[in-house]
Order: sequence, then C-alpha cells, then structure tokens
Amino acid sequence: MLLFPLAYTVHLSFQEWFASSTVPPHFVGLKNYWDMLKDERFLKGTVRTIAYTILALGGEVGFGVAMALVFDRTFFGKGIVRALFLLPMVATPVAIALVWLFIYDPATGVLNYLLSLLGLPQGLWVSQPRTVIASLVLVDIWQWTPLVMLIVLAGLATLPNEPYEAATIDGASGLQIFLYITLPLLRPYIVVAALFRGIDALKTFDIIYVITRGGPAFSSETLNLYIYSSAFEYMHMGYSSAMLVVFFCLVGALSVGLISVRRARS
Amino acid sequence: MKEGPRLTKSSLRSAVFVTFVLLVVSLYLFPFYWMILSSLKDQMQNMAYPPIFWFKPTLANYRTVFQENPFLLFLWNSVVVGFGATLAGLALGLPAAYAIARYRYRGIAFAVLVARITPGISYLVPWFIIFTQVRLIGSYTALVLSHLTVGLPLIVWIMIGFFEDVPQELEEAALIDGCSRYWTFVRIAVPLTGPGIVAAGILSFILSWNTFMYSVVLADADTRTLPVAVFGFLSYGGFDWGALTAAATVITLPVLFLAMVIQRHIVSGLSFGGIKG
Repeated sequence: MLLFPLAYTVHLSFQEWFASSTVPPHFVGLKNYWDMLKDERFLKGTVRTIAYTILALGGEVGFGVAMALVFDRTFFGKGIVRALFLLPMVATPVAIALVWLFIYDPATGVLNYLLSLLGLPQGLWVSQPRTVIASLVLVDIWQWTPLVMLIVLAGLATLPNEPYEAATIDGASGLQIFLYITLPLLRPYIVVAALFRGIDALKTFDIIYVITRGGPAFSSETLNLYIYSSAFEYMHMGYSSAMLVVFFCLVGALSVGLISVRRARS
Repeated sequence: MKEGPRLTKSSLRSAVFVTFVLLVVSLYLFPFYWMILSSLKDQMQNMAYPPIFWFKPTLANYRTVFQENPFLLFLWNSVVVGFGATLAGLALGLPAAYAIARYRYRGIAFAVLVARITPGISYLVPWFIIFTQVRLIGSYTALVLSHLTVGLPLIVWIMIGFFEDVPQELEEAALIDGCSRYWTFVRIAVPLTGPGIVAAGILSFILSWNTFMYSVVLADADTRTLPVAVFGFLSYGGFDWGALTAAATVITLPVLFLAMVIQRHIVSGLSFGGIKG
C-alpha cells in the first residue's frame, strides 16, 4: 500500500499514457522528463511552490518563536488560550478555506471592511494574480503558526536556569541572552517545527484548491495542483507520474536537508 | 519608597501583555466567529456592505443544508470511513509501534516516516489507476484504504512513546510466568496505554474526517464524504454564503469538540513526536 505505489509511479513516468484513450501505455524513455523542462506551467508551478513554502515557513517560524517568547509565563487563562490555538490546525481545511474565501471577498468581504475602519488600504486579495500567493500564505500562517509556537513553548519549558544566571551576573543584555543562549538551546525544537511545516507547506492542496483552484489565470497553481489537474482532469498519467517523481524528490531533499542540519548542530 | 514606580511599571507591562493576548486570541477566533455568524444570516444580510454584526438570527441555512441535500448520507459516509480507517490503523499500528518500542525495528520506523513525508498525490495517482482496474472507485474500501495512510503513521508515532513508558518489569514478570510475547502485548501493554490509544484513535479520526483530496478523487455520489460535499456546494451553489458557512460549521464543530478532548496530544501527534506534551 505504501511502497508499491511509489515504484509503480517511477515505472509509469517512462510511459506515454492517457487514461482516457484506448491506446495502452507504451515506453517513451525520458520523454516525459524532457517535456517538463519545456513546460511553462510546470516550471512556474515549481517556483511558486518553493516561494509559497519559503514565505509560509519564514512567517510561521518568525511569528511562532516570537509568540512563544511572549506566552512563556504563567497567566490567568493560559490553559484556555493554549487550547484555542489548537483550533485552526485541527479544523477541516475545506471549511476554513471557504470561510477565508468569504472574508477575502473584495466587494462584500469583512476584511476590506475592517481595514477601511482602520483607515488602511484595501486589497483584491485572492482575486488578482499579484496578491494571490501572499493571501494564501497568510491563511497558512494563520493556521500553522500556533503549531510552531506550541513546539517552541515546550522547548522553552525544558531550558536550564544556570546559563541565564551566569549571563545575568556577567551583565549580558536581554538581546545577547536571547541570541547566544535561548536561540541555540531552542534550535532542535525550531528545526523539528520547521521540518514538518516545510514538508507540509510544499504539499499544500486543500486550502489553495478550494480558495482559488490555482487561479486567477493559473497564478496560484502550485506543483501539487498542476499534477492533480494533469492526472485527474487531462488523464495524462505518464507525464503526471514523471512530475510526481520530481515532486517527491523535492520533498525528500528538504527532509534530508533539514534532518542533516539537525544532526550537525546537535 | 522604591516600590512605587516599579509596581506601576510592572502593572503597565502586564496591561500591555493582556491587551496583546486578547488581540492575538480574537484574531485567531475571528474566522470561526465569522463562520458561525454568517451561517445564522439570510442571503441579503450576507451580501450587505458594510457587513452586519447585529441581526435576528435564523436557522434557515441549516434547514437548507439538511433538507435540500442528502447531507445525512455524507455525514454517515464520513463517520463510516473515519471509523474504518481508524480501526484498521489501530489494528496495524499498535503492533508496529510495540515492535519499534521494544525491539527497535528501524525498518518499520523508517517506512512510517517515509509515509508521513510522501505527498498524498504520489499515492493517489497509482491508487486511482489500480482502483479503477479492480472496480473499487467509489467504494468504502478504496476510501478506508486511502485514509488509512493518513492516520496510520500518526498512530504508530504517538504509540511508540506510550509503549516505551510501560515498565519493562511488568512485561518481564508476565513472560516469566509463561505468558507469550503476543499475550503480554494484549494483556499488559495495550490496557496500560489505554489513554494513548484513545488519543491516537481520535486524532486519526479527525485527520480522516478532514481528508479532502483522496475522497474527491476516489468517492462517487453515494460515498462522498463531508469535505467533498461542501466543496460541491461551493462549485454549484452560486455562493449562497449562508448555506456554505452552515455546512462548514456542521463539519467543523465535531472536530473542535474532539480536539478539546485530546488537546494534550495534538501537538506531539502533528509534529510526529517532535515534542512530548
């Protein structure tokens, strides 16, 4: 169930096959891989996927660590606040995407209304190519920053006291303490959070598909969405399999990269 | 006398802190608030600009959702597939996790990690071809098997931690008394990890409930699960925001409730044991 499909995908990636036609699959060598290099939708989709992941990861790790530092103290209602942060990550993505689509509506959406109350400029959000990726990333950040925050918060709870006492006696400033003590000690936790968020951001499907279906004019079509329509709308199974191999390698490379960073530093 | 200014400063700081907490929390809850609020408005109120915050609520949208669609069937499908995938996941995942925890089977652990990392669509394309050939498209079997790959890695990863916490001495005592490894697992390890099994099962059920891509490809009109049905409304419903948000509320509320039950385990489950909560 797990390994056979991967082997089968590699096999299919060397075949030419439209599942909708009566012509059976036939071997075409590396043709599918050559075609990818000339396929603008594939190339742009790959760049877009990587850009989406970098933006989401940067936002989530940045805000996540900052929020963890702020929330790392006892206060009234901490348990409730902590529980509330779990909601975005467990709520059904299709439902969340639909609500954000409504919130982003340029004509009647509540986001533009709230911005106008604050005297801020309003936007077209997911309705124009220029801002669609950033708007989708914003949903991703809303949904997943709490995961990073809660992982880092768990890390903060394990930190030893001694280095802080020593640093305070030596007269280190707050910023120095953060940069030279807290951050290095937290690194394993940040790497774990970044590893899983990075992998999952590359694979994002539900949110993008429901909000934009890759539009407007393919401007938010990531690799996952392009492969999906290539396989299940155009029924181009051979070519889709070749793209899947590349996609799998992309996700695999990120995993290996992050794991080795973690090993080297620890 | 020195106490005075310091107190004001610290109370100012805590006021800033409380404001910050309230701001972040309301930012986080707003989409849920807006979802529920919109589901209680009629179509006119939902299209009004500026948006309306105070109005007389109506349940008409919920009536639309349940009466004009076989929504109960979709609900039932989601429950059947969720339970099927979770039970199968526990049947396979508990022994696998136990083997990893007790005998350090690196191979299984690695396979589970690969399954967690691999993009779902890498499985979906070959499955679609195979299920088409054996005429399983649209069957519960195809859905349960596909959803199994979402929950299984998570069950294994959560349970490794729980099995490692079972005291070795208890199991050794049972083994000395002539209990086989299998019965030691069934009679001692499983009952002692009950809370973990419940948490892993619920989390696996939630993920199956939320799964969209596998279901949209592998289900047909009769086996459609809730996310697919709601996506269908969005495509053909002509943006009836009241009904759409009502459907979204119906899908989301059970998940939010279940999540509150197992909240301690969610982060370690989703980060794959990255931390132990």
